[in-house]
Amino acid sequence: MTGYRLPMGGRVNRQTQLAFRFDGATYAGFEGDTLASALLANGVQLFGRSFKYHRPRGLLGAGSEEPNALISVTRGPGRFTPNLRATSIDLYDGLEASSQNRWPSLKFDLGAINDRLGMFFPAGFYNKTFMWPRSFWEKLYEPAIRRMAGLGHPPTEEDPDHYAATYAHCDVLIIGAGPAGIDAALEAASGNGRVILIDEQDELGGGALSDPALWPWLDRSVKALAASPNVTVLTRTTAFGYFHDNFIGAVERLTDHLADVPHGPREKLWRIRAGEVILAQGAIERPLVFDGNDTPGVMLASAARVFALRFGVAVGRSIALMASHDSGWHDIFALAKTGVGIAAIVDVRDAVSPDLLAQAEALGIPVHLGHSVIGVRGRLGVKAISIARNGGTGVADLACDALLMAGGWTLTVHLWSHSKGTLAWRDDLGAYVPDQPNENVRCVGACAGAWSFGDGAVIDILPTPKDPTRAKAFVDFQNDVTAKDIKLAVREGFRSIEHIKRYTTNGMATDQGKTSNLNGLQIASTALNRPVADIGLTTFRPPYTPQTFGALAGHAKGPLFQPTRKTNIDSWAEENGAVFELVAQWRRARYFPKAGEDMHAAVNRECRMVRSSVGIFDASTLGKIEVVGPDAAEFLNRMYTNPWKALEPGRCRYGLLLKEDGFITDDGVSARLAADRFHLTTTTGGAARVLNMMEDYLQTEWPDLNVWLTSTTEQYAVIALQGPNARKVLEPLVEGIDLSAEAFPHMAVREGTICGIPTRLFRVSFTGELGFEINVPSAYGRALWERIMAEGARFDITPYGTEAMHVLRAEKGFIIVGQDTDGTVTPQDAGLDWAIGKKKPDFVGKRSLARPDIVAPGRKHLVGLLTEDPNVVLEEGAQIVADPNQPVPMTMIGHVTSSYWSEALGRSIAMALVVDGQNRMGQSLFIPMPGQTHVAKVSSMVFYDAEGARLNV
Amino acid sequence: MTRFSAMSLFAKALGGHQGWPEQWPDAAPKPAYDAIIVGGGGHGLGAAYYLAKKYGITKVAVLEKGWIGGGNTGRNTTIIRSNYLYDESAHLYDHAVKLWDGLSQELNYNTMYSKRGVMMLAHNVHDIQSFKRHIHANRLNGVDNEWLTPEEAKAYCPPLNISPDARYPVLGAALQRRGGTARHDTVAWGYARAAAALGVDIIQNCAVTGINRGPDGAVTGVETTRGSIACKRIGVSAAGNTSVLMQMAGLDFPLESYPLQALVSEPVKPIFPCVVMSNTVHAYMSQSDKGELVIGAGTDQYVSYSQRGALHIVEHTLAAICEIFPIFRRMRMLRTWGGIVDVTPDRSPILGKTPVQGLYVNCGWGTGGFKATPGAGDLLAYTMAKDEPHRINAPFNLDRFRNGRLIDEAAAAAVAH
Repeated sequence: MTGYRLPMGGRVNRQTQLAFRFDGATYAGFEGDTLASALLANGVQLFGRSFKYHRPRGLLGAGSEEPNALISVTRGPGRFTPNLRATSIDLYDGLEASSQNRWPSLKFDLGAINDRLGMFFPAGFYNKTFMWPRSFWEKLYEPAIRRMAGLGHPPTEEDPDHYAATYAHCDVLIIGAGPAGIDAALEAASGNGRVILIDEQDELGGGALSDPALWPWLDRSVKALAASPNVTVLTRTTAFGYFHDNFIGAVERLTDHLADVPHGPREKLWRIRAGEVILAQGAIERPLVFDGNDTPGVMLASAARVFALRFGVAVGRSIALMASHDSGWHDIFALAKTGVGIAAIVDVRDAVSPDLLAQAEALGIPVHLGHSVIGVRGRLGVKAISIARNGGTGVADLACDALLMAGGWTLTVHLWSHSKGTLAWRDDLGAYVPDQPNENVRCVGACAGAWSFGDGAVIDILPTPKDPTRAKAFVDFQNDVTAKDIKLAVREGFRSIEHIKRYTTNGMATDQGKTSNLNGLQIASTALNRPVADIGLTTFRPPYTPQTFGALAGHAKGPLFQPTRKTNIDSWAEENGAVFELVAQWRRARYFPKAGEDMHAAVNRECRMVRSSVGIFDASTLGKIEVVGPDAAEFLNRMYTNPWKALEPGRCRYGLLLKEDGFITDDGVSARLAADRFHLTTTTGGAARVLNMMEDYLQTEWPDLNVWLTSTTEQYAVIALQGPNARKVLEPLVEGIDLSAEAFPHMAVREGTICGIPTRLFRVSFTGELGFEINVPSAYGRALWERIMAEGARFDITPYGTEAMHVLRAEKGFIIVGQDTDGTVTPQDAGLDWAIGKKKPDFVGKRSLARPDIVAPGRKHLVGLLTEDPNVVLEEGAQIVADPNQPVPMTMIGHVTSSYWSEALGRSIAMALVVDGQNRMGQSLFIPMPGQTHVAKVSSMVFYDAEGARLNV
Repeated sequence: MTRFSAMSLFAKALGGHQGWPEQWPDAAPKPAYDAIIVGGGGHGLGAAYYLAKKYGITKVAVLEKGWIGGGNTGRNTTIIRSNYLYDESAHLYDHAVKLWDGLSQELNYNTMYSKRGVMMLAHNVHDIQSFKRHIHANRLNGVDNEWLTPEEAKAYCPPLNISPDARYPVLGAALQRRGGTARHDTVAWGYARAAAALGVDIIQNCAVTGINRGPDGAVTGVETTRGSIACKRIGVSAAGNTSVLMQMAGLDFPLESYPLQALVSEPVKPIFPCVVMSNTVHAYMSQSDKGELVIGAGTDQYVSYSQRGALHIVEHTLAAICEIFPIFRRMRMLRTWGGIVDVTPDRSPILGKTPVQGLYVNCGWGTGGFKATPGAGDLLAYTMAKDEPHRINAPFNLDRFRNGRLIDEAAAAAVAH
């Protein structure tokens, strides 16, 4: 035996040796090792420090249930990962691993002072202390607690890896590829349905991997599955959560086991919808609770078996067993047959089957029935154990360098419980087993309670003659929860198992209680003097094991986090130096600066050119809905405040949309193209919301209406041409439409062609100038834009962005829903009473407009504000008061909703919501800002061309 | 009540911690009480405590159908702030924040209130307008809230990505320094212990099955799974179950209930010094004293009482977190869970009297009730003791859904044009 590597056996490839480093020291292992098995083979027993007391810890388990051996792995810049389990880290050449939560070193950790003072840190100690003096909590106590807490260090650099995601559908999904899962998969494979088999380990087999007698069967089965075209096998894949309607989330780990990081994704999220789910997740062995059960070298018997038979590693040279269950005996027999020295079998039971005793005798193993381990010697590794008869007599010491625990089995029912299947307690198994399903799911094998590990006794704490208040008998190893803590919680009146969990943090570590929940429950049951079945389990929460944020985020990163919607004209804006802003999911050109211009200068120039000649604006982001059907007009009449039935085809109308509460939610100019067809526009941000709202009403309130709604937002590019020269630019390009003022008045719509492209041409204006909005199929947007730019060159046509658009509309007092209104503004508040069809029997929100508070005086009205100093541009969002000299808290009577420098007026303008604003015209109000209070007069919102002369030309 | 302190901890440690008494007795229902609180969450337990402490009404029972603090009190992301826009909301939440400060000492129970600062990120022009409006309103209301540039925001929270090339770049932030977090369970336990010490009965596993009323319509008591209890004042503080309870008194309540999810990462050493919220990308996060990153997700789209949410909500939340804090992409999600939030039409709570004499209600806190815990408890107690609302909770009456005087904070942050 070299070190602790057995001379033969195991599934590791002894031909391929791998070098790796742990805490700076170099070691060698074999292909097929985990970091845990490779370190054990090198005689390493100390793997980490516990969370609270910083106690030295070794391996408890051999799989993903491991609570102690948490490791950080680094593999180059940005690829640091904390809190990985040594038992789940596949070894590769050059692996660089380090221990955590210790300083200055794993062997000598100053934090272990907590262990010496442990008696002062029982469960919930922080609830009882750190309150005096009051100011010390944030300055001293909390920072100190935080520094001591945490496990590994967090990553500090951006992750260079990427992650993939996919959907999959199957008839049968099998989770867990031990013997039961493989049998289920083979049976399912013989049908015609699609089958997916998932296992978290690097190869199929589960428990069979540590049972060489099953390897020939395993080999045949794996080949048969690989040869089945309807079977997908996913290894290194964890099914982490069971969601509604047989929807399972799983993460496949693709690169962490490779020596060189390839270009592909690191992990892949599988979202699987399954007809039937078969859970074959096995069972996890339960530790025993006794003083010193966390000493490095004390581990689960089943884990020692895995290390010996799967990895060819002995966990010690002289191994003892502490059992309350037959399964440990079988494990120790298997170890004995590999040639490992066995010190003794200790069993808390007074009698076991004669067959076990005979086998022990045949192997020459001393047996102590009716005994328990009462102490473990050795700080960084087991040196000896003390045992005693259960009555407390006959204390004796036994030399050994490893102690195995066999406390029975806990079924892995996590996913079953996620699916809201019920559990039933079975005394004979000492376990909760699946009972009634809530989805099309069944459990097979050990996780269904069908196992052949033998019998056992259910024990909460091993009997000991020692003072239990001095014992450190661990239940939750990672969170340092002891039997004493659970008893303390019960003593302090915490009776619900959920309370006990939260008070002690039992089961809340990164292993989520896989090895601690049932022991905690047993101890609570004894302390409460109530049967386990009456206490119940804490809720199982996804994920089964921790899953990478990146895997769950998947492709949704950077530009793919959410698509940036761009218009067909966007590329032209980008090439021509536009500065963009984000509006909902769109990006829109905010302004087009020329060399040397800042935003202010650019916007002023753009505004000037629209008012004096002609400007061109990309309005494609406006929401558009095609409303078609014989009841289209009736439908709109019920949705919008305005009357629609009398609107003639070829005419447009400004529509105002309320929610049921009577407050403005959207607006837009819409056109009637024919008796049964409307072209609606909505705000950019409101497009989806309005369509949903309309569909909701159509489908649930008025299913009798014969109307169809289609979103056409992305079907049209929209170019707004605004300014006194707009018609002159357009005239040479349009065919089949008379653009004259008489034939095509303001608020009219015509269909024809422009540059040969079919168009819906609106004569509308959001600037107060003569204006057209040209709708063409999206793909023609940029081509038409460039054609118009060329045609308009003789008028110095000027592209303008959203900022100039905002200024121009504000000069005219046109509101922007969502900026000047905020979901608390009625049409009356916004000065839009005229948009309400007074004779209409009903429309959405009508009833709410009659509510007492809506008709009461003192509501906020949207009004104009002109600052006393014309050069002061108020801050949008600034609050308004009537009395600037009052103390804080001041009575605020409104706020500034929009505020700009108006180039046309040569002064600032603003819009504001002000209490009773329509009755305050000419009044001076105050805007207290830090260091300065501004004065402004209430005015009309229409600052420019109040009579609308510039429109009707 | 054994006073909690370092000294008592030391003394009890010497006795092997055998000497700690129950933090609150496991009370059985008595035939009658002066006041009953239905719902043993932080709000309800707080109300019982203040009834006894401030108003001398000590014959009080808190009836909890499960275990105290087991609903939204124990399921939230523990964020505390008061930088609300409207006067009504700002006063309501600031009342609570003032009570949070010093609550550990008041209850002699460390609630671990940590003024780490709550920073809300602005990602577009509309966010800036909205946040500035909040900041100016808060300033004139005497509530702290300040504007930070992207660089200042990053200095306050170093993991923040302020690259202008981000999909949703950070254009600035609003910071409330008094905002922060607390340990949720301890709030329920601390109130329960302090209330019990004043004579309040904490009765768990006791579901209310009926509300009894006399000939005049006023309440006379409740039916429970543990028998009838007489009482002339009943305060219902039962979050998602409020509408069911109110129907027992013949009242239809304007509430809808949705699953809301949250999650934590594995614990790591300190890296995240404050609370950050981004409404635009739907993500918020802090780091607990234990070292877990605590992350709030969104609600499911459909109403439900299932304390179990959909996976795609978690996917979106973590994508958002990784966008704003790219260094956390390799962190791992440890645990997810769901709670049921009760939402009113204007997303502000209902806290006051009901049309039934003797029946009071505290509900509709939606996704943000934890921060209000001491304030809600205090105001429910006041309303029950005086049979009239305090001026702070008077606007949060049920009648506003009839008369239209809504308090709609979410609408105030309307989506961009």
